[in-house]
Amino acid sequence: MSAVSIPARSEIAASLVAAPAQKPAPVAPRQRGAGWRLSWVGIAAMLVSLLALLPLGFVLWVGVDTGWETASALIFRPRVGELLVNTALLIILTVPLCTALALALAWLTERSDLPGARTWAWLAVAPLAVPAFVHSYAWMTVAPGLHGLPGAVLVSVIAYFPFLYLPLSAAMRRLDPGMEDTAASLGLGPWAVFFRVVLPQLRLAICGGSLLIGLHLLAEYGLFVMIRFDTFTTAIVDQFQSTYNGPAANMLSGVLVVCCFALLGLESAARGNERYARVGSGAARMPFKRPLGAWSAPCQLLPLATTALALGVPLFTLVRWLVAGGAGVWRLEEMGPALVQTLGLGLAGALLTTLAAVPMAWLSIRSPGRLQRLLEACNYLVGSLPGVVVALALVTVTVRVAMPIYQTAVTVLLAYLLMFLPRALISLRAGIAQAPVELERAARSLGRTPAQALWSITMRLAAPSAAAGAALVGLGITNELTATLMLAPNGTRTLATSFWAYSSEIDYAAAAPYALVMVLLSLPMTWLLYTQSKRSAGR
Amino acid sequence: MNFPFKSLVSVMALGASLTVMPLASMAQPAQTVTPSADGIVVYNAQHVSLTKAWADAFTKQTGIKVTMRNGGDTELGNQIVQEGASSPADVFLTENSPAIALVDSAGLFAPLSPETLQEVPENFRPGHGRWVGIAARSTVFVYNKSKLFPAQLPKSMLDLAEPAWKGRWAASPSGADFQAIVSALYELKGEAATLSWLQGMKKNAVPYKGNGTVLKAVNAGQVDGGIIYHYYRFGDQARTGENSNNTELHYFRNQDPGAFVSLSGAGVLASSKHAPEAQAFVKWIAGKGGQEILRTGDAYEYAVGVGAKSHSKLVPLAELQAPRVEPSKLNSKKVTDLMTQAGLL
Repeated sequence: MSAVSIPARSEIAASLVAAPAQKPAPVAPRQRGAGWRLSWVGIAAMLVSLLALLPLGFVLWVGVDTGWETASALIFRPRVGELLVNTALLIILTVPLCTALALALAWLTERSDLPGARTWAWLAVAPLAVPAFVHSYAWMTVAPGLHGLPGAVLVSVIAYFPFLYLPLSAAMRRLDPGMEDTAASLGLGPWAVFFRVVLPQLRLAICGGSLLIGLHLLAEYGLFVMIRFDTFTTAIVDQFQSTYNGPAANMLSGVLVVCCFALLGLESAARGNERYARVGSGAARMPFKRPLGAWSAPCQLLPLATTALALGVPLFTLVRWLVAGGAGVWRLEEMGPALVQTLGLGLAGALLTTLAAVPMAWLSIRSPGRLQRLLEACNYLVGSLPGVVVALALVTVTVRVAMPIYQTAVTVLLAYLLMFLPRALISLRAGIAQAPVELERAARSLGRTPAQALWSITMRLAAPSAAAGAALVGLGITNELTATLMLAPNGTRTLATSFWAYSSEIDYAAAAPYALVMVLLSLPMTWLLYTQSKRSAGR
Repeated sequence: MNFPFKSLVSVMALGASLTVMPLASMAQPAQTVTPSADGIVVYNAQHVSLTKAWADAFTKQTGIKVTMRNGGDTELGNQIVQEGASSPADVFLTENSPAIALVDSAGLFAPLSPETLQEVPENFRPGHGRWVGIAARSTVFVYNKSKLFPAQLPKSMLDLAEPAWKGRWAASPSGADFQAIVSALYELKGEAATLSWLQGMKKNAVPYKGNGTVLKAVNAGQVDGGIIYHYYRFGDQARTGENSNNTELHYFRNQDPGAFVSLSGAGVLASSKHAPEAQAFVKWIAGKGGQEILRTGDAYEYAVGVGAKSHSKLVPLAELQAPRVEPSKLNSKKVTDLMTQAGLL
């Protein structure tokens, strides 16, 4: 079967529950009696993972420090119950809707002869280029009365369904039509074939994508603030703005962390242990594209409506506000520095994160083991935490313990590293997995040192995946809001924080140029994501 | 013996220069402070546009560079307290007084120079002289003209907790502005009354994020009215008016808690490494330069300096019948606790 694909978060559970069926490339057996040697790679990986545990350790420590009485008074109160209900309802409603929409779109673009399927496929991924809070800003302009749970669910589905669409379309491409043919030959109708043969094979993709969406819903701030829907993250930021890092904010963080773990556990349970593989010789055929016939025109409506809502509304809003604001809103002397700072932080963050991911990725492919899986799981767990929890932890730790790096770019970059390491890790792992270890050994046998062999062979082969990982991290940093707001040094203005400052003063026209620039910056990275997903599908 | 003309001339020159120099320095304000290379860091909780106007005019006049860190009142106040003596801040500007009182109670401010204190009348600064008021804003009830008639308006802010007002008014509970109003209520009416009012608010009020959003919602008719500060409506009317054309302001008067006038404060941090420049900045804002920007600019907040006039469009401060509240006594931590208890935070 082909290599690891986009459903990034599904690998989280893979590290937690050693799935026996998906063995990586064969690894040389450990020499008996060689003992347990910790190479510099191992030490580097362990350091990164320990760093990743900092926010988790912090939340625990604050909980212990506050004392059980205060902590329980702050946790077990009606407001927390309200927030829990809101969050649960949000996830329960959004994820199935996203799944249904993404399944329908993926099937239409991959397995039917819909005219313009390639265009619709790209348009289904393009909403990722628009940050979630810009979606919310657009809907507030178009439908000002929209608020609360219905508004939150609508905008969340629109903003996050590409996270499910990508793995589903990649998985559908890779499906072996032989199984569907067998089922059909045994007498099942087309719908039965879909539900009994196709859907179970998509389970991993659905679980991974749903987990990703669930974690994003827990972490999102800007979207829910503008649509006036209270979640844990909005409450934590409210508390932070009122008390800086008082116990109430940290207790809410603790509950949020528990919710994240619950989601991870749920996904791990839902994955099950079954895996699907082709048995027998030969290769899979190209999948059969079902002719739609008379349904072709009505079926066009679905991707059309989705594109109109997910792309049309934000673009229309941006154009409307830019036209209403006129040339006066393009304050280049403000936007220039903001753009430079965003690009600077994005590049530095992407480089740093990718470099930090190299030891762990190398270890997980070349010498996997129990300890390595545990360390990797730490990275993924922390990557699942919302930005606000990480920022809160770093703020308190630096103020109390590490004053020299307080309010410097180092802290912000550290926060980005903790939040976005999994993205770099997944891509790097896929890339290194595609670089056969035999080539590295051949280089060694020709006289290169281990480091030279690693650099000139493995890293070069893994470079495209590393670039994709760095692009994903850069995309995340460009659109990141909460951690930057809380940790940035004095005088820092990024595109996202400037947009936020203007839209908080309901100066929507002045915020529009920043939104436009953010979308334009994200487009190339989204394109990269799209092409990588096509490539990893093997076709 | 020759008359010592040379020594006489030199003594007279010395005496003349000694008398003329201070007169000259009084004629040109504030040029006795030499600008340093990095200038001062201002932790700014005031509206960015207003502080930027102040900072730009100050830098133009004195050459002292100003770097701003923007945030909310309580966020920055708590941040300074957390940072303690190693805070990079030189000056702290707030929108309301609870946050500046918080920093002061942690003992982090340096006493302000007497010249600065002379710029502000006594009722607009606390007696201890560690911070001064630089601007003021009045609490108002903004209402939608087509939904509420003057006879239906609440007589007191305390009426809004009653069941008749369920779902009909809005506020921004997470903002420092509203928390300052609640702190005045706490100071005037005590803990029990404040808690019960907050619990009524939890049932009745629709929470929004930001006073500007409250104004927009009232204008759109999503709620009948809201508790905000006065200058939001004036500011919007001076721009396009699209967020306030359907609204009017109602001043509670009669020393009601809803007539609270909140004081914006400025203080110099004791740990500042650029104390003379920081003191100069605070003096400038409280003095003619800064207060003139309040009168002629688009901030529409009240000016508080000695002899300073506010913008002509505003209702004069003296007519507002604001309740007497000692600004240094306003307690933000207590208010946050009460609001958390009532389930608003």
